[in-house]
Parts: sequence; structure tokens; C-alpha cells
Amino acid sequence: MELKEKILASFMAFEDKIVDVNNELHDIRTSAIKNFEDKGFPSKKEEAWKYTSLNAILKNDFSVFAKNDNTVEFADVKKYFLNEVDTYKVVFIDGKFSSYLSSTTHDGLDVCLMSSALTKPKYKMYIDQYFNKIANLEDSLTSLNTAFSQEGAYVNIPKSKVVDKPIEILYFSTGSEAALMTQPRNLIIVGENAHVQIVERHQSLNSNPVLTNSVTEIFAQKHAIVDYYKVQNDIQTANLIDNSYIAQKQDSHVSVHTFSFGGNITRNNLNFYHQGEHIDSTLKGITIIGDKQHVDHSTLVQHATPNCESHQNYKTILDGNATGVFNGKIFVEKEAQKTNAFQQNNNILLSDKATINAKPQLEIFADDVKCSHGCTIGQLDESAMFYLQQRGIGKKEAKALLMYAFTSEVTNSVKIPELRNKIARIIADKLGVNMGFDL
Amino acid sequence: MLQIKNLHASVEDKEILKGINLEVKAGEVHAIMGPNGAGKSTLSSIIAGNENYNVTAGEILLEGENISELAPEERAHKGVFLSFQYPVEIPGVSVTNFMKTAINESRKARGQEDMPANEMLKLIREKSELLEIDRKFLSRSLNEGFSGGEKKRNEIFQMAMLEPKLAILDEADSGLDIDALRIVANGVNKLKNKNNAVLVITHYQRLLDYIIPDFVHVLMDGKIVKSGDASLALELEEKGYDWIKNEGK
Repeated sequence: MELKEKILASFMAFEDKIVDVNNELHDIRTSAIKNFEDKGFPSKKEEAWKYTSLNAILKNDFSVFAKNDNTVEFADVKKYFLNEVDTYKVVFIDGKFSSYLSSTTHDGLDVCLMSSALTKPKYKMYIDQYFNKIANLEDSLTSLNTAFSQEGAYVNIPKSKVVDKPIEILYFSTGSEAALMTQPRNLIIVGENAHVQIVERHQSLNSNPVLTNSVTEIFAQKHAIVDYYKVQNDIQTANLIDNSYIAQKQDSHVSVHTFSFGGNITRNNLNFYHQGEHIDSTLKGITIIGDKQHVDHSTLVQHATPNCESHQNYKTILDGNATGVFNGKIFVEKEAQKTNAFQQNNNILLSDKATINAKPQLEIFADDVKCSHGCTIGQLDESAMFYLQQRGIGKKEAKALLMYAFTSEVTNSVKIPELRNKIARIIADKLGVNMGFDL
Repeated sequence: MLQIKNLHASVEDKEILKGINLEVKAGEVHAIMGPNGAGKSTLSSIIAGNENYNVTAGEILLEGENISELAPEERAHKGVFLSFQYPVEIPGVSVTNFMKTAINESRKARGQEDMPANEMLKLIREKSELLEIDRKFLSRSLNEGFSGGEKKRNEIFQMAMLEPKLAILDEADSGLDIDALRIVANGVNKLKNKNNAVLVITHYQRLLDYIIPDFVHVLMDGKIVKSGDASLALELEEKGYDWIKNEGK
């Protein structure tokens, strides 16, 4: 049976088992599975998927659910957490909540489970108002996730609450199934004038293939500040499709940093929608991959309101046979006068066999806007290499230092110091050097 | 210290150096002057090991050892320092961290342990005072957003930190106002001793009022066409380079 058929066949059984908080959810799931049935998995024939093929990974016989409740020892996964700072933690193992590894709260804010939010009456109001409200209903993979959405992180920050510590959302795969597909679903609601920092990570602990099709909806109310970090440093057999949808109200600031250092195929669909004036959106990313790894950043910023800003800055370093895609779309509607939209995408190819497909798309319908985009593809600057070597720094270290410098605009804006150090260490590790100081 | 014998070099099949002979002894300061395009910067780059140039004939000896085939970092480890005309900006790496890396890489190459942190701090303090560099400056990203003068002063600070045997200053005074020029020159003069040597590459004589050369060489069209003492620089300043060109005819 093909994966699509297997998924469709599983849906009935899945729906029978769960008790939703309202019938509306049943309708949402039903229309979602219908959309997935109609469209199926995206193929390279679609413009948005021209450079990323899922064909090879879809040949795996993925289980749609993990059969067993699996556990992992904290000692084995400690390194994937932030350890020097206290954090709220929502942790899942093979798609199921791990209370042992988690540290949730209902004290002044909700950091808990999607499964609770979807089934308990006290959350009904929020689910009615937010669940699946900004996600793209036409997108087949988002629909697939919606149909099976059951577990993930539910975060709700009330008005004017400054969250005292970062929230970590971690998904571990144990490899208990020969191949596993998961559908994590996160809902983040950040109230008026509230402030939160969130780190999300997906990690396989075993080389059995994994396909994670994740959907995250983030709602930033007026004057809210949200800093969201995605750390993607998974092993060679893990695949991730990350579909993130962010709705911003007036004067809110949302930044999403995506660090893509590993995995087999990683596709980041990052979508920002503006619903008020004076909004600031930041989309930044660093990609450092090699071998046959593939990372695709497909971004969309929908400027629909006047006086808003968006800043995109993506840095990519590709080695080996790695392939990268940057598909950055900025849409400025007619009403969105005085928009400032910036997009920067710089790529370094270290090998003749590495490929980058960079495609900025600007569609501007307003006449009083500032939009700019810059895209560069190149090798390391030879005169800079000579300068560093002249100071006694060997070729390998000089290369690493320049690559670090190349990515520093993005690492510097990480606001959690421990995360910034962690990213720097991963970068140094990727580049195979010890610089003798903490980069 | 430095011996250059019949050095020929080209870039993309264009011959730039056409047989340079030069000897610089320990304790000496030599100046190489010449018009634009004479090959001055090429010569300094080649001594430092820039791989973009092809050395087609001749050799470069440092303390009697042929260094012509060595990589730039190996020459640096042996004590060659080049102050760049256009220092490169390295965002995200502070001056201090950069110096730590550079010093420890050289020490590693010489089989020494990393410099202890307190010793490093002491050295940084001492040398930054010598170049009248504000401590805050040292935590800024290397050369990023530095003014022309700050970049040059930072180059000499690095030279002071690395204590090279042979320092080549390529247009070290360009972009410097008179105060900065005095600081840079003062730094170089204090670092000079009987065991090291300085090669000053300059278009103008101005810097040589402050760093007094023992010898002045005129480089034109890839060759040293005239050598003399410090007075030659003054003569060049007065008469321009055409005078020598005409003299040769």
C-alpha cells in the first residue's frame, strides 16, 4: 500500500479514538483529510516544490503512529536541552508526551499539551478562536497534519506577561518503529504586550528513518514580542517538513531564527501574516550542511497593512553534494503603504558539487514602499584568507573563522546566551575546528 | 635577515617583478618607494607568501632559509609580518580573540604551549598602551566599521603583539592624520631593535620623516632602479619619480 493510501486508511480509526472538545474539530479534520486526499504529497511539478523532492523518502514504509509508549533516559538526551538556564519544557517521544522529561506550567501562563487543549472544555474558547485559523487550509501537508493533529505544545501567555524563562519544545524519535511519520502540532498564543522566547528542536536518537510533518501556529497580539528559535541538527536519516504560520497584530515584534545543520531533507515553510500597523517581522537562518543533505527555506511575508517592516537574512554554507534552496517571497498588498521589506540571502559553496537554488520573489502592489533584496553566491574571499594566514592562522582555521564571520550577523541576534554559545559550538564542530576561544 | 635574489613574479601571465635584488640586515630599516603600479605592493605580498602571484624565478631567504615555497602562515610562524594596505574586516571576531588565535597558532607551530591567559592580558595591555588604543576598541569586531586610521593603528598593534623578525609596512601611512601617523611611527620605532628589521613600502616620503630609513630603494617597472640613504627620499619628494626615469635614459 502506498503511503498516501495507508494514511487515508488510518484516518477513520484515528478519529474514532479521540474525543474532541467540540464537533467543529471533527469538521476541521474531515475537510483537512479531504484536501490531503485531493492533493496528495507535493511533487516537483508544483512551483513551490520545484527544487525539493519528497519522492525518495516517501518510499519508506512509515508507520502513521508509534505502537508503543517509549521512554528515553534524561542522561541520553541531556545534550539537546539548554542546561545552564532553567526552562519550561514540553517534550515528546515518538509523538507522545513525556511527562518525565517535561516541565510544564499553568501558573500564570499555560505551557502544556495540545492534547489537553483539544479535549478539555476550559480551553475550548481558545481552540475555537485560534486552532487552524492562520494555517494555510489549501496546503496539502498542513492539511495532513491538521487531520491527525492531536499532540504538540500548547502555549498561552496572558496579557503583559513577560515569561520568566525560555520554553523548550523537543520532539525525540527513538527508532522503535522501522520508519515513523509524526504530525506534531503546536499552538502558541502570545497575549497583548507579553514576551516569550521559545526553542524548538526535533531529534532522532536512532538511524531508522523519520518523517516529521510539523505545523506551528503563532499568534502575536498587540505589542507582543516573540523570539522563536528552531534548531535543526538532526541525523542523516531524519526528514523534517516544518510548516510555521505567524499572525501578527499591531506593534508586535516576532523573530524566527532557523539553524539548519543536519538531517536528510529539511523543508522550512515559514509564513508571516500582518494584521495591524507598525509590525516588525524578522526571519533569519543559518544553514551549514554537507554530504547529500538538503535544506529548503521557503519564506513568505504577507504585508497587508501599512507602516510595517520585515527583515530577512539567510546565510548558507554548502559542502559535498549538499543542495540548498532559498525561496523568499515578499507580498506587499495595495493597502500596505510605507512598507519596509528587506531580504538578504548569502551563499557560500565550498565544493563544485554543491548546489544552491535561490529565488527571491517580490510582488508589490503598493506604490510607496521600500523593498530590497540581495542574493550572493560565492566562495570564500581569497584576500581575507591571505590576511588571516599572514597572521599565522592555518588554512583550515582561517576558513572556519571566515565562515563563522559570515554567519555572525545571524548568531549575534540570538537573545538567549546559552543558545548562542551552543549554536557557535555546533558551527565550530561542523567546521571541524577548535578556535581556542568560544566563538 | 632578508635576502631577495633575482626575484621575478607574474600574475595572470603579466610580469610584475622583473628581477629584484635586495638585502636587509637585522637592525636595519629599508624603504621602498616608487610610483603607482611599480610593483611595491606585489613585492610585499610575495614576501608574505600570497599565492595569487607566481614566482617565476629567484628566491627569498629569511635568515638564510629559502621561504619561497612556504605557505603564508608558515612564513608568519617564522617571523614575517605584513601590515596590509587594506586590512580585511572580520565581523563577529573581536580584536582580542583574533590576537589570541594568531599568537597561539604561531606558538603551536613552534611547539610551544598556548600563552597563559594572564600573560596574554598583560601583553595586550602593554601593547595597546604603546599604540594608544582604547581598551573598548579591542572588544570590537576586527576592522569592522574601523576608520582608515583605526585600521592602520590596529595593524601596528598586531605587529607589536606578534613581535616579528621582519615587518613589512605596506602604505602604513595612507589615510592617517598627523597625530595617528605619529602614534603609528612611534610604535614602529619602539618595536625596532637590533634583532629585527623593517621594510617600509610607501609612495610618499612623509612617513620617512618619522621612521628614518637606513636605506631607500626606488622601485620602478618591476626593478630597483636606484638605492641610497634617507636623503634619496627627500630628493624624490622634491623632484618626483620622473627625474629618475629621465636619469636612466
